[in-house]
Amino acid sequence: MKVLVCIKHVPDTETKIRVAPDGRSLDESGVKWILSPYDEFALEEAIRLREAGVASEVIVVSLGAPGCRDSLRQALAIGADRAILTDEVAFGSADALTRARALAAIAKRESAELALVGKYGVGTDEWLTGPMLAELLNWPHVSGVSKLDLAADGQFTARRAIEGAIEVLEGRLPAVLSCDKGLNQPRYASLKGIMAAKKKPMDVLSLADLGLDPSELQSPRLVRVALELPSPRRSGRILGGTAAEAAADLARLLREEAKVI
Amino acid sequence: MSKLTVLVFAERRGGAIKRPTLEAIATARRLAGASGRVEVLALGPGAKGTVAELGPWGADRVLVIEDPALELYVPEAYPACLAHAAERVQAALILVPGTLLGRDVAARTAARLGTACATDLVEIEFSLAEGLRGRRPVYSGKAFERVSIAQARPAIATLRPNAFPLGEPHAARPAELGELSSPIGADRFKVRTVRVEQPEKNDVDVAEATIIVSGGRGLKGPENFALIRDLAEALGGAVGASRAVVDDGWIDHSHQVGQTGKVVSPDLYVACGISGAVQHLAGMSSSKVIVAINKDPEAPIFKVADYGIVGDIFEVGPALAKAVREIKAS
Ligand SMILES: Cc1cc2nc3c(=O)[nH]c(=O)nc-3n(C[C@H](O)[C@H](O)[C@H](O)COP(=O)(O)OP(=O)(O)OC[C@H]3O[C@@H](n4cnc5c(N)ncnc54)[C@H](O)[C@@H]3O)c2cc1C
Ligand SMILES: Nc1ncnc2c1ncn2[C@@H]1O[C@H](COP(=O)(O)O)[C@@H](O)[C@H]1O
Repeated sequence: MKVLVCIKHVPDTETKIRVAPDGRSLDESGVKWILSPYDEFALEEAIRLREAGVASEVIVVSLGAPGCRDSLRQALAIGADRAILTDEVAFGSADALTRARALAAIAKRESAELALVGKYGVGTDEWLTGPMLAELLNWPHVSGVSKLDLAADGQFTARRAIEGAIEVLEGRLPAVLSCDKGLNQPRYASLKGIMAAKKKPMDVLSLADLGLDPSELQSPRLVRVALELPSPRRSGRILGGTAAEAAADLARLLREEAKVI
Repeated sequence: MSKLTVLVFAERRGGAIKRPTLEAIATARRLAGASGRVEVLALGPGAKGTVAELGPWGADRVLVIEDPALELYVPEAYPACLAHAAERVQAALILVPGTLLGRDVAARTAARLGTACATDLVEIEFSLAEGLRGRRPVYSGKAFERVSIAQARPAIATLRPNAFPLGEPHAARPAELGELSSPIGADRFKVRTVRVEQPEKNDVDVAEATIIVSGGRGLKGPENFALIRDLAEALGGAVGASRAVVDDGWIDHSHQVGQTGKVVSPDLYVACGISGAVQHLAGMSSSKVIVAINKDPEAPIFKVADYGIVGDIFEVGPALAKAVREIKAS
């Protein structure tokens, strides 16, 4: 059984956000890029499935942020078998449905039976790709999986946290599973892994390979019109005096000024 | 001129409708105006019972699919139902509460209908001529993005809970009932929810609370979380936590606020003994009012706080619980 692990290349979560002169994109100067943190759980789970003999091959794929080669190379170093990337520029402003179409085409091309994605891509925080990919493949999906039992016959039980409860779902592959924290403890790349990664295959697919029309990429359904920094919070007020005085002041302000209690 | 029809997906958990769904209905009403229509889809056994409840918030009609197979969440089936309803009422816009279930349903529905979905909006406008325009937090709340879905129809959006006003219900506003036949055959689901496990203590979840009191490492030990619970109780809020104390096992991960925990935007967030690391701020900086209690005047949490008390949480916490109880009783 082949597993496809979808990897998004994103700005480090500590990045100071600055807006580029175009007013709609991130100023990328000085930005450090990482593999989206939830995708690390997806990758780790895939490698464990291969180690357990349930999966035969772990294929990592990333759609075109410039530089996504670095994240793919890192995934190979951590333990993926091979990598696929796509035409780097074309996916820059693609919307989620177009991304999902490309991933679905790759899943079909590879006859993968399991696609693992992150709960959400950190940065753009869209939470869309996994369920969309599943719908396009006509596969079931489970989002935000924090525990997975997958048997060799493809039968699985997955747990996911929802507001105030845990849902337990059962199903059978093929499926798309989106991975949450708690699923596993991702390993780091070893020196040996880093060396081995240099020899692992990395294939580049074109839009034609994916059966995608360039016009779909040029006119996304959802357009990012502007990127803005939050208006600075009005500077807060420090309440002085003894603990009792400050507490009494605060309770009064919360009632009379902020009107929240 | 043709009229705008907005379809809202109602999330029913354990049969109950929660606030994010009502916010979506109220927002749909505002966008549809007096001349447009607000249709609401409610799934599962007993869905008809929501009609009387949803009318006052702005629903013109509640469409129900009372298929018993829809009682618990079915990731494949709910989107099939929503897409079916959207086609039936010719919706130009679908609004979905931005809960974990809602986000999931919206995404899959968008793929099914070949359209776009704007996630986690905190502002939205829609017109038939110009389509959807919205604003959403990105980079864990460190920036906002304005997005537009000009042509794709229906446009789909999920709304961040507690970011849209509810307004007042109009008691005399009845909604009609519309019954839809189920578009799904029960045997076709390849994944289904077999059970929902409730935690033993049925605390209010931070993602649903309008007031949250969170504790961090400044509390020194798990036994002192009682102080946080007491303050939360005085304020009528839920208990949150920083990752540091979750990792140390003081409290369950379901309480964690932040980048790898829950993203919350309550009316009031009280951070006690929390330094305010960027990953924590990522989960709570869009709260409407932030209070910080920390003994270190340089703690970064004060930079986002509306009100701060520089002091020892072991003194300030109990004093605040007392002051709140007094003011509430007065
Ligand atoms: C990838 C990644 C993801 C992360 N995700 C999250 C996340 O989701 N949520 C999260 O919270 N963190 C997250 N973190 C961790 C984050 O960086 C911080 O380490 C964490 O938030 C610190 O928790 P804290 O504020 O409780 O502890 P500390 O930073 O140790 O702060 C304790 C504070 O308590 C104050 N204090 C001490 N004694 C008292 C007293 N008696 N009275 C009053 N104040 C007192 C101190 O002045 C200090 O400011 C993440 C980190 C990484 C790398
Ligand atoms: N450009 C991309 N290339 C590969 N996988 C992606 C890409 N964008 C999103 N994904 C996958 O989809 C998940 C959810 O992303 P998102 O829908 O952007 O929140 C990510 O964690 C990845 O697993």
